[in-house]
Amino acid sequence: MDAVLIQTIIIGLTGLLCGAILAIAAHFLSVYEDPRIEKVTALLPGINCGGCGYTGCSDYAKAIVTQSVPINSCKPGGAETVLSLATALSVQAVATERQVALVLCNGDDTYAVRTATYNGIADCLAAEFVSGSGKGCRYGCMGLGSCSRVCPVQAIRIEQGLAIVDPALCIACGKCVTACPRTLIKLIPESRSIHVLCRSQDRGPDVKKVCSVGCIACTICVKTCNGQGITMEGQLAVVDYSVPLDVDAVVEKCPAHTIHKRSGLKPGNPA
Amino acid sequence: MEYILLIVGAVLVNNFVLTRFLGICPFLGVSKDLPTAAGMGGAVIFVITCASAVTWIFQYGVLVPLHAGYLQTIAFILVIATFVQFVELVLKKTSPGLHRSLGIYLPLITTNCAVLGVAVLNINKELSFLKSCAFGFGAAVGFALALIIFTGMREKISRANPPVAFQGTALALVTAGLLSLAFMGFSGLVKF
Repeated sequence: MDAVLIQTIIIGLTGLLCGAILAIAAHFLSVYEDPRIEKVTALLPGINCGGCGYTGCSDYAKAIVTQSVPINSCKPGGAETVLSLATALSVQAVATERQVALVLCNGDDTYAVRTATYNGIADCLAAEFVSGSGKGCRYGCMGLGSCSRVCPVQAIRIEQGLAIVDPALCIACGKCVTACPRTLIKLIPESRSIHVLCRSQDRGPDVKKVCSVGCIACTICVKTCNGQGITMEGQLAVVDYSVPLDVDAVVEKCPAHTIHKRSGLKPGNPA
Repeated sequence: MEYILLIVGAVLVNNFVLTRFLGICPFLGVSKDLPTAAGMGGAVIFVITCASAVTWIFQYGVLVPLHAGYLQTIAFILVIATFVQFVELVLKKTSPGLHRSLGIYLPLITTNCAVLGVAVLNINKELSFLKSCAFGFGAAVGFALALIIFTGMREKISRANPPVAFQGTALALVTAGLLSLAFMGFSGLVKF
């Protein structure tokens, strides 16, 4: 017999046999999957950020369908996804406001004083274990970028030793919040515009020594807004994000330029 | 004793990745974090060991009696691919947990050159059935070992802030080369 014919037959038969085995196996070993799971997965953004508390979009979809967990846990998807999920599953939609991450520190290399040079591992947690990144402030951003490395959408950049979140890119997955060893990053509702960009619990004169834009606990802002929206927590003014705050005067009156409208802005650059 | 030598030889002396340079693609691809590398290593050990057995049976049960040894490469790819698909189906049915941890790596290994390399080497060395399985197991353990060591090194290096020009693939290749040199130190330990 012709050699070409022999090898065609051998390979052909082997392939046919293998295909048949797989077909039979696929029939007998098939696992029933709820078709809705696939549908819900397709409606989710598919970036697998884990912000909902599940390991990925498909896991969350499975939980929605099989355990009927709330459908508004997907932060990147926002109101749009909630709405489309509600239509697909015919349940009531409970929309939540979009959140963004905010770094509560404005002490970049222009304002914060460096008292030492840090040559260790380029990681915030590692630096925190020794004595910080060399900045005089024990509370401020170390600028070593642990938050920007965990960000799944590259929304955080480091500029002059300070982490800055781009609110347009942020999906509020919360990974940076847990990554920051100094708990400087907070998820806030997008509509809130007035922020105290400092977390220092030091007394005013001590803050002045290490940072020119730190909160000196003068309490002017609290008086300006009559304690509605900003309160003192120890030596620090803290914005209460649960209520809207529209007193623009607090920004102008802050003598240390700690309070800002919108995030990531420099003092003297109001917008 | 013979089996121990065979396995040690495959793990250390003729390490598949670092001495024979097979399976470089997953070696560079899935060596970014340790749990992933360990999962891949586990999947490779399982697949190569079983593939050694299956291809040995196919070679001496089908190809040799038909005098069609020259069809080895294409036939082995066919058999291995079918086998991996079959295993994936079985895993999905019987053990969803294992399927989730190994499942995503299985299709990656289907036509991996390391898997085919072991199968072909088994035949070239004219090993017996049990020895084929032992050699396959050793080779796969060697692959997993190299992958895990390399991943550990890459994890450390990524934290060390290397110069921008070296970051990523460039440094990974340099590291792989150095690791390969280190494994060259085992050469001559076992002869077979």
